[in-house]
Amino acid sequence: MLTIKNLKAQINGKPILKGINLEVKPGEVHAIMGPNGSGKSTLASVLAGRENVEVTGGEVTFMGINLLELPPEERARMGIFLGFQYPVEIPGVSMVSFMRTAVNEMRKYRNLPPFSSSDFLKYMREKKELVEIDTQLTNRSVNEGFSGGEKKKNEIFQMAMLEPKLAILDETDSGLDIDALRVVANGVNKLKRPDTATIVITHYQRLLDYIVPDIIHVLYNGQIVKTAGKELALELEEKGYDWIKKEFQN
Amino acid sequence: MEKKEIPQWAHLKIPPIDYQDIIYYSAPKQKATLNSLDEIDPELKKTFDKLGIPLEEQKQLSGVAVDAVMDSVSVKTTFKENLANLGIIFCSMSEAIREHPDLIKKYLGSVVPYTDNYFAALNSAVFSDGSFVYIPKGVRCPMELSTYFRINAANTGQFERTLIIADEDAYVSYLEGCTAPMRDENQLHAAVVELVALKNAEIKYSTVQNWYPGDKNGKGGIYNFVTKRGICKEENAKISWTQVETGSAITWKYPSCILKGDNSVAEFYSVAVTNNFQQADTGTKMIHIGKNTRSRIISKGISAGQSQNSYRGLVKIMKNADNARNYTQCDSMLMSDRCGAHTFPYIEIDNQTAIAEHEATTSRIGEDQIFYCNQRGISTEDAVGLIVNGYAREVLNQLPMEFAVEAQKLLQISLENSVG
Repeated sequence: MLTIKNLKAQINGKPILKGINLEVKPGEVHAIMGPNGSGKSTLASVLAGRENVEVTGGEVTFMGINLLELPPEERARMGIFLGFQYPVEIPGVSMVSFMRTAVNEMRKYRNLPPFSSSDFLKYMREKKELVEIDTQLTNRSVNEGFSGGEKKKNEIFQMAMLEPKLAILDETDSGLDIDALRVVANGVNKLKRPDTATIVITHYQRLLDYIVPDIIHVLYNGQIVKTAGKELALELEEKGYDWIKKEFQN
Repeated sequence: MEKKEIPQWAHLKIPPIDYQDIIYYSAPKQKATLNSLDEIDPELKKTFDKLGIPLEEQKQLSGVAVDAVMDSVSVKTTFKENLANLGIIFCSMSEAIREHPDLIKKYLGSVVPYTDNYFAALNSAVFSDGSFVYIPKGVRCPMELSTYFRINAANTGQFERTLIIADEDAYVSYLEGCTAPMRDENQLHAAVVELVALKNAEIKYSTVQNWYPGDKNGKGGIYNFVTKRGICKEENAKISWTQVETGSAITWKYPSCILKGDNSVAEFYSVAVTNNFQQADTGTKMIHIGKNTRSRIISKGISAGQSQNSYRGLVKIMKNADNARNYTQCDSMLMSDRCGAHTFPYIEIDNQTAIAEHEATTSRIGEDQIFYCNQRGISTEDAVGLIVNGYAREVLNQLPMEFAVEAQKLLQISLENSVG
């Protein structure tokens, strides 16, 4: 589904990603872990097509198509979803009109007619129940005045609405209490299908108690330095990242 | 008029205007007898189609009575009989002068005297037509009244005159919408609008203004030098101005209120968009004379391209205006790094018990916000539309439903290709 080969990228002239290789197949859940500043969020930004990151080498293909040539909205319509580490507030824009615009763009891309108002509201209600999100949240402006937990739940709700093929969750667990964490993780698990894949980017092992990954990668200093099964998370939880730092500093 | 000078205090660069070169009166090319709105100029219809609001559909859907002013003679007045049954007068100014001379003599020029300013003097000297509304005592006008102004023939100055009177306990909501097709020569528009609200009366005046702003190099476009003023003449009167300004090469416009009656209320809600080389200097004046008078100003400026967008507002609280209150909120959004947003608030208070609050913000449209929308599959153009409409929500909410939809699309069309 997603193939990354020797990907290199920089921000403001500073190299951040220094040759990433990654292969994600349908049905898989990958976790990317690593200490702060290792390039986890930059990788998410490159995949989503954020402009401030400059790709300097390598290639990324998604379902056989060169992803790096496409603008961010095209990537989203193809089925790439990014759960933001810091979801953005858009004052005055209701969640309903925001989601309706987004969902209808997706439908247009998939050659489906736009939802009527009543069909859309029904669809939204179903998805809200699925991810157990508070009804009040969708009556408000996009992320405006939301608590940290509400913002993250809202990301999962949007993911449910947009039905992506590949979901990339960038530190979705940071700053969440245990209840919010459970809602987020349940949402992700319920939305998992044999033909979709998930990349969970996280600093802590905690989220992986709820979302069980098939493969864990450790990103350090712009490179994937270790790839293993889910048992790696426990090892990292026990020993921290220091041993990895020591191992690869030289 | 020749004793007066063109006002120079605004933050505008106005090229010299040859007043001898303006045609002061031109009748429409079309015959003045139209059986339905379908027969109105296809150009006008096209603009509405682009906005998604066909005129005839809008009329059917909303029961809007339309008095379309094409050039200087009113060609169409509808719903007149229904309104007449309630004693409401809604007609062209020329007809009002013939049929209702008492009201005209009493109120015309009572809010904006011909000596008021250069452009008001010009209008008073040469105006040929416009709209007149009178709502009698105790009558609540059952439909939104609407006039579409449009500049049609080349080189035609338009000098419309509008007078709206709401008698005691009356209510009226009046809509004015403006569109104009492409035009190379600069055209001058110097309208005067006067509102009079008597005891317990309420007037709501909404404008969506979309005149030709000139091309992307700043060539052509309408000069819009308009004097709009209302008076809450007696107690408990209320006047509310709402404007969505996207057009004109140069806008000089300050819909204002004189709060004379005790306990009267005035509101000003404005969204002004400037793009390319447009210049706008717009705002309001709130003159508090009566006791316990309250005013509220919400202004949202959006500047793009190389345009200059200024808010200029005066809040004046006179000596006898005990317990007068004003709240002003004045926000500016910048879409590029070559445009300008300016705020010129003037506050003059001569009464110790008065309270005036002023809040102002300036923000740049967020790349984060646009990227967030992009990541949900929304194109940058649509994202700008969403974000800008969200920013202007508080003002758009004041517009009647069918106008709000049109205004939303207009904001987006006006800002096409403007992020940078």
